[in-house]
Amino acid sequence: MKKRFMMLVSSVVAAGTLLAACGEGNNEDTTPVNNDANGGNEITENEENNNNDGNNEATGDGEGFSSKMVTDTGGVDDRSFNESAWAGLQMFGDDYPEAEVEYIQSNDASDYAPNLNRLARDGTDITFAIGFLMEDDIRTVAQQNEDQNFAIVDTVVMEDDETISNIANITFAEHEGSFLVGAVAAMHSETDHVGFIGGVESDLIKKFESGFKAGVKYVDPDMEVTVQYAQDFNDASRGQQIADTMYGNGVDIIYHAAGGTGNGLFTEAIDRARNGENVWAIGVDQDQALTEGEWDEGNVILTSMVKRVDQAVYQVSEDTMNGNFPGGEVLEFGLEDDGVGIAETRDNVSDEAIEAVEEYEAMILNGEIEVPQTDDEYEEFESSL
Amino acid sequence: MGNIFKDKLFGLVVPLIAIGFGFLAGGVIMLLSGNNPIDGYVALMQGVFGEVYYFGETLQRMTPLIFSGLAVAFAFRTGLLNIGVEGQLIVGWFVSVFVGIVIEAPMIIHLPLAILAGALAGALWGFVPGILKAKFQVHEVIVTIMMNYIAMHVVNHFIRNFMLESGQRTAFINDSASLSSDFLTSITDFSRLHWGFLIAVAACFVMWFILWKTKKGFELRSVGYNKHASSYAGMNVNMNIILSMSVSGAFAGIGGAMVGLGTYNYANILPSFTNLGFDGIAVALLGSSTSIGIFLSAFLFGGLKEGANNMQSQAGVAPELVEIIIALIIFFVASSYLIRWIYSRLQSKKEGK
Repeated sequence: MKKRFMMLVSSVVAAGTLLAACGEGNNEDTTPVNNDANGGNEITENEENNNNDGNNEATGDGEGFSSKMVTDTGGVDDRSFNESAWAGLQMFGDDYPEAEVEYIQSNDASDYAPNLNRLARDGTDITFAIGFLMEDDIRTVAQQNEDQNFAIVDTVVMEDDETISNIANITFAEHEGSFLVGAVAAMHSETDHVGFIGGVESDLIKKFESGFKAGVKYVDPDMEVTVQYAQDFNDASRGQQIADTMYGNGVDIIYHAAGGTGNGLFTEAIDRARNGENVWAIGVDQDQALTEGEWDEGNVILTSMVKRVDQAVYQVSEDTMNGNFPGGEVLEFGLEDDGVGIAETRDNVSDEAIEAVEEYEAMILNGEIEVPQTDDEYEEFESSL
Repeated sequence: MGNIFKDKLFGLVVPLIAIGFGFLAGGVIMLLSGNNPIDGYVALMQGVFGEVYYFGETLQRMTPLIFSGLAVAFAFRTGLLNIGVEGQLIVGWFVSVFVGIVIEAPMIIHLPLAILAGALAGALWGFVPGILKAKFQVHEVIVTIMMNYIAMHVVNHFIRNFMLESGQRTAFINDSASLSSDFLTSITDFSRLHWGFLIAVAACFVMWFILWKTKKGFELRSVGYNKHASSYAGMNVNMNIILSMSVSGAFAGIGGAMVGLGTYNYANILPSFTNLGFDGIAVALLGSSTSIGIFLSAFLFGGLKEGANNMQSQAGVAPELVEIIIALIIFFVASSYLIRWIYSRLQSKKEGK
C-alpha cells in the first residue's frame, strides 16, 4: 500500500512538473551559452559594425565602463528584443574591448527586482531593463540607487507624471515601421484581405496594429484587415490556431506582433505553403526570415518589421560612456535614426513595393503622412483617406 | 522506543541524501557544461548569504512557498493530492489585492480582511474539487489541474477588463492593506521582505496544531491513513475530504495574499503560471509533509532560486541549472524507496559483520 502510494505520488509530481512546463512554453528552447548566444544574429551584427565604424570617432577603449542588461522572462535567445539588445551590447563590447558587458536572465517576474538590484550594487555604469514588464521594478530600484544609471526599453517610467532622472526611457516608433509593412502587405495581397495577430492587448501592441492597418488602408482603402489578439506572448499553438482561422477565412498575408506566439503563425504558413497555397507571414522585431519560416521551396516570410533594439542599446551605452547619459529623457527611435524599418531580407518583396516603401518612408519623414498610434488616431486617419 | 527514534532520524536522512545527490548531480552537469562547480556553488551561497539584501529576498521568496507547501501537505495528510495550489494561490492573490484596493478602512480591520478574503477565495477554489470528490468520486487531481487554468484565465480576464491601471497590472493597494514593512526593508537593505514572513511561520504552527492537537485533525489524518476504517469508526469521510481541500485551499489563498499584499502590492496579468503552487508540491514532498520540514525545504528552494541569479552573474552558470538541481532533488526524494532499500542493504551488511 505504502509502495503504491509512493508510486502515485512520484507520478503525480512528474505530471505536475510536466504541466507546469506546459504553462511556460517559452522555455522550450532556452539553452543560454554565455559566449555565443545568438548564432542567428551574426549577419545583422556585422552590418551593424560597418555602419557604426563611421561614427566611432576615437572615444577610447571603454576602460572601466560597464554596461549590463537584465532580460525579461523571454530569455536572452528569444529571437526578439532580448536577443537584439544583447547583440547591441556585444557590439558595444567589440568596439570598446575594455568595457564590460554582461546579461542576467530572469526566470520569472519575481527575479526582476533582485536582478536589477544586483547589477546596480555591482556598480554597473548603466543597467538596461529589457521590456516594459520591468517598469515597476526599475522605478523602485532606481529610486533606491539614486547614483546609478538605468535605462528601460519599450516604456516610459513615470512617477507622479514625471520621468525619473536616473532612468533613460527607450521607445520606438513601431507604428511607422508597421505602416511600411502594412503597405507591402496591401500591395502583395491577392485576396485583398490581410490579418494582424497581436500578443497581449496593450498600448504598445496597439501601435503595431494601428500603424499596420493605416499602411494597408493607405494603399487601398477597400482592403479588409482582420485583427485578433492571442492574449499571450508565449503560446505558439494559440498563434497557429488563430493563423489557421484567418487563412481559412481568405486572409493571405498575416503580420504578427506577438513574440513567441508568432512562431505558430510561421508553422501554419509553412504547412499551407506545402499544400500549395499562396500565403505569407510578416515577421516582427528582428529580421525573422533569417531564423524562421524556411521550407523546401523558399521562405514564407515576406519581410519583417525590424526594431533596432541593438542600435538603441548601443547608442545609449555609448552616450553614457561619453558622459551624456540621457536620464529622465524619453528617446524615440524612429525611421529617422533607423530605429525601425523594413528588414534587410526582402527577396520575396516585389520591386514595386520596395519603391513604394521608400516613397512612404520619405513622406512619413517629412510629415506628409502622420501614422496613427492608437485606436482613436486610427479612426481619424481612416476617415481622412 | 529505539525504533521510533530511528524512524524519525530516517525521515531526516532521506531528504538530506536526496539533496546531497541533487547537488552532486548538479555539479557533474556543471562540469559537463564547462563550468567550475565549486565556483558555481560558492556563487550560489553568496547569492543567499552574501549580503543582507539577498538574504531578505530569500526569506521573501520562501514566504509563499511555505504556504503552498503547507497547502499541499495538509491535503496530503488526508490522502488527497491537491495539484490545484497554483490556482488557489492565484485567486487568493487577486481577491486580496481587490479588497486591498477597493475597501478603505483602518489597517487593523483592512489588513486582516484582505488576507481573509484571499483565504476564502482559495478555500472556495479548494472546496469545488473537494465536493466533487466527496459527492461524485471525481478524482481531485484532474479537477484541481483544470481549476488552475480556470483561475489564471478568469483572474487575467478581470484584471484586463476591469482593473487595468498601467501596463499589465492593477493599481497599488492602499497602504492600510499592505504587509510591506519599512522596518524589515531597512534592516535588509531595501529587500522586499515583509511581515508575511512572520505570518508564514505562524501558519506552520497552525497546521501542526490543527493536525496533531485537535480532534478534527486526528480525523483528517485518520481518513488519510485508511478511509474505510475511519468510516467504520464513525467518521464522516466525505465531510473530512471537503474540509481538508477547503483548508488546503485557504492556506494556498493566504500564500497568494502574501505575494499580493507583501511582495508586489498589486496583481498583474499572468502570462503563465507563477509556479509557486507547483513548487509547493516539491516543498511538501521534501519536507515530508511536516511543518518544520516544509519551513526548511521552502528555505532551500527559495535560496536556490534567489542564488541562481547570482550563479549566472558571478559564475556564468545558466539559471536553468538550478531548475535541474531542483528537479533532481525531487526525483531523489520521490525515489526515496530506492534510498531506503540501499540504506537497509548497507545496514544489514554492517550487522552481518
